[in-house]
Amino acid sequence: MTTPLKKIRNFSIVAHIDHGKSTLADRLIQMTGGLSAREMSEQVLDSMDIEKERGITIKAQTVRLSYKANDGETYVLNLIDTPGHVDFAYEVNRSLAACEGSLLVVDASQGVEAQTLANVYQAMEVDHEIVPVLNKVDLPAADVERVKTQIEDVIGLDASEAVEISAKTGLGVEDVLEAIVTRLPPPKGDVDAPLKAMLVDSWYDAYLGVVVLVRVIDGAIKKGQKVRMMATGAVYDLDRVGVFTPKLVQTGALGPGEIGFITASIKEVADTNVGDTITDDKNPCAQALEGFKPAQPVVFCGLFPVDANDFEDLRAAMGRLRLNDASFSYEMETSAALGFGFRCGFLGLLHLEIIQERLSREFNLDLIATAPSVVYEIFMNDGSTIALHNPADLPDVVKIDHIREPWIKATILTPDEYLGPILKLCQDRRGIQTNLTYVGNRAMVEYQLPLNEVVFDFYDRLKSISRGYASFDYTLDEYREGDLVKLAVLVNSEPVDALAMLVHRSAAEARGRVMCEKLKELIPNHLFKIPIQAAIGGRVVARETISALRKDVTAKCYGGDATRKRKLLDKQKAGKKRMRQFGKVEIPQEAFIKALKMGDS
Amino acid sequence: MTSESAPVERGNGLFGIYVHWPFCAAKCPYCDFNSHVHHGAFDEEQFTQAYLKELAHFAALVPGRTVNSVFFGGGTPSLMDPVSVEKIIDCIAGHWNLSSGAEITLEANPTSVEAARFKAYHNAGVNRVSLGVQSLRPEPLAALGRMHTVEEAKLAVGIAQSVFDRSSFDLIYARPHQTLDEWRDELGEALNMAVGHLSLYQLTIEQGTRYFDLRAAGKLPMPDADLSADFYELTQEICTRAGMPAYEISNHARHGEESEHNLLYWRYGEYIGIGAGAHGRLLIDNVRHATATEKLPQKWAKLVAVNGHGLITNDRLTWEEEGDECLLMGLRLREGIDPERYHQLSGRKLAAAQIEDLTKIGFLQTLANGNLRVTDKGWPVLDAVVADLAM
Repeated sequence: MTTPLKKIRNFSIVAHIDHGKSTLADRLIQMTGGLSAREMSEQVLDSMDIEKERGITIKAQTVRLSYKANDGETYVLNLIDTPGHVDFAYEVNRSLAACEGSLLVVDASQGVEAQTLANVYQAMEVDHEIVPVLNKVDLPAADVERVKTQIEDVIGLDASEAVEISAKTGLGVEDVLEAIVTRLPPPKGDVDAPLKAMLVDSWYDAYLGVVVLVRVIDGAIKKGQKVRMMATGAVYDLDRVGVFTPKLVQTGALGPGEIGFITASIKEVADTNVGDTITDDKNPCAQALEGFKPAQPVVFCGLFPVDANDFEDLRAAMGRLRLNDASFSYEMETSAALGFGFRCGFLGLLHLEIIQERLSREFNLDLIATAPSVVYEIFMNDGSTIALHNPADLPDVVKIDHIREPWIKATILTPDEYLGPILKLCQDRRGIQTNLTYVGNRAMVEYQLPLNEVVFDFYDRLKSISRGYASFDYTLDEYREGDLVKLAVLVNSEPVDALAMLVHRSAAEARGRVMCEKLKELIPNHLFKIPIQAAIGGRVVARETISALRKDVTAKCYGGDATRKRKLLDKQKAGKKRMRQFGKVEIPQEAFIKALKMGDS
Repeated sequence: MTSESAPVERGNGLFGIYVHWPFCAAKCPYCDFNSHVHHGAFDEEQFTQAYLKELAHFAALVPGRTVNSVFFGGGTPSLMDPVSVEKIIDCIAGHWNLSSGAEITLEANPTSVEAARFKAYHNAGVNRVSLGVQSLRPEPLAALGRMHTVEEAKLAVGIAQSVFDRSSFDLIYARPHQTLDEWRDELGEALNMAVGHLSLYQLTIEQGTRYFDLRAAGKLPMPDADLSADFYELTQEICTRAGMPAYEISNHARHGEESEHNLLYWRYGEYIGIGAGAHGRLLIDNVRHATATEKLPQKWAKLVAVNGHGLITNDRLTWEEEGDECLLMGLRLREGIDPERYHQLSGRKLAAAQIEDLTKIGFLQTLANGNLRVTDKGWPVLDAVVADLAM
């Protein structure tokens, strides 16, 4: 009933965005007959709109392919499509851990990128056998030999037997299938041992409820079986057991080495933990799998509805998203400037952007997001420690002994002509250079950077100064003490909580000045003068003044046409409704959105 | 909220008639009013009959009123045959009680041809003219697309003053390139010419005009907000000193010389608008209706022939809309508005805190009679003040 181990190959695809991972996956599905031509929609595996548009994968997905190899045998190939972004590093790690090998897909016209590196290192970390695949070899700009050298020099992989393909035309894809069979090892496992399976990922399906993706290590998992989640202790009766081809097919059981899905009456995705061990309730395995970590939000920001009336809708929408994404957290927050909203935790900046985009797109909500903040560790004089998610909540500084902030290890790959400005950017952001190497005309630079400098538009700046050519990836490093101060922004002498930020003392004045200048442009003239100040503690470090409105009157109301004037007034009133009353000052929503998005140019 | 169950009297006894004559000899580059240049054969008599027919329609809607004012606006009503004007006035007097002291104004271009007709208009029943002089300087006059010369305009003002007891003329200021000193001179000259009433409008660039396109192309150097405010302040100062203070944002008069018809709009009275593209505010069964007629003259005439009227809009205003209109029109007047009337019309009171704030910063003032008015300091930012109050 289950497949013999030596006939199974489990693999994932490692690539940089746009290097053709999804196209190759589609091609593999098509060539092994998983879907008819009619059923093939572009990029089958990325099922969310956002995934398709951005060419990224957010949830791990799996597909079971049946392939008759040149040796005459039919093999089961399980492809796990992993999230490709550092925000989902843990998820990636678990997905990779469910496989024995990877295809490293590199665009033959582009070469190795920072993200390729980060992902391939992850694959090496879980001892994958790695097959280099050069994609887009049919493009005029393809430089196969250069890229092969790069793979050997930068990654340290033997690229002499790299498979050369064009996923788009299908050229060489057959060779990829053969390489999977011949060059990747089959899984190991003991069919007679008690059930031990890894929870790879899970999602909410409107018809099936929570669907759990599993990789069986030992034993077998069967429909009707009573299983236990070892981390939570929860016990479930399995309703369905099966695989994706990519269509859902119930097989009733999965044996060692196999990858598939289970469903039970699990209510929320939050009840399932990626990396958890699933075992038989009556006959459990002795030890859970290593490497399990609960999801830990790294970046926080406030999300507020533009229209205060949408608050309940926002709450409902967050609940719905959370159903499917346990790594996203939210709790209610009140801001004097922005009203009722939520403080939300994310795995990283991309995760934040995705959630924000899904809220506005799928739930049609207009949102204001406050500046992203990292989690600071506040060491108080009394010996206690606080994890600070919101700069506005910083305790009185006299009670604080010191503050620590998270640092990252960043890897940047760039054509060397942009290296100068990139190094300057990193230095400006308190970076410490740890390595700088060249591969041809590309430079690879490694930096240690405080995460709070990176969440502050670092990526946008990097893209803009390198015209989009530099690639960037990072891993979280450690917490370090930092000379951080709270920069408050006062409009008409009142602090605007939503604009408060924690910044390094050396950058505070400059940041304050930029914020004041920006707000001066963004807040419309009022009937009175409005001072705008940035302050550290009680000390004002930057100031601007918005002059009073001098002229705003319609010269002529002709022929009793009061309607036209009234419509103008209606427009003014509607505009005012979109403003946030702050003391006596009305600040347009757009001002918050733009001020919070500001760059340092 | 609708005015369905309105317990209060919504009128204030003021009633007037606006007659729109939508034709011009040429279109001016700043003008966005409903004006059309007709080409080829034009049967004025047939048009006049349409006006009479439309008057009859309105007379049935709002019968029994006493008419305090009639205003012939345009377009260029001084292109009308005085016979047509007389027919319309007679028709009005036939349908309603045209009060003996009613102000009957006709807008006129100050060309020699048109000035020659002033006497005939007077005989037709017109007792006040308002002349579109626009400038007393040749270059801006040409730039504004006016077809008269400075000398012609001065002559026309003189003729108007000799024919009519009451007259007014318009000037446009804060023009491209204009300096404060130039305006000081020009305005001084105008004040010497004016007898009782003067309208001084800051040039406003409206969408759909040639000036709008010119400005968009960067070819029209308009004064910025600061200079425009300086222009306004200077104008107020000079006119007040000359005994012609503003009784409305852009209208100046010696005491007692204010335009009754304009006051009717600003005091939010009842008025009907006939002719193509005319607006009205009618009280029918104590519900205020906002009316507008078809803008294109030929189309309007056809509608009148078929339906007896050219109305394409006849909306019942909500209380809120009525309150807003009363507020935004009324605060244009130096006399201000009666907050109690606003309360009655809108069903809500103006926010006391808002009034207090605006008073504190010197933009609003409560008069001895209880009226609320925007101060001299507040007038240049009236639209912002009204928006604050109307929230």
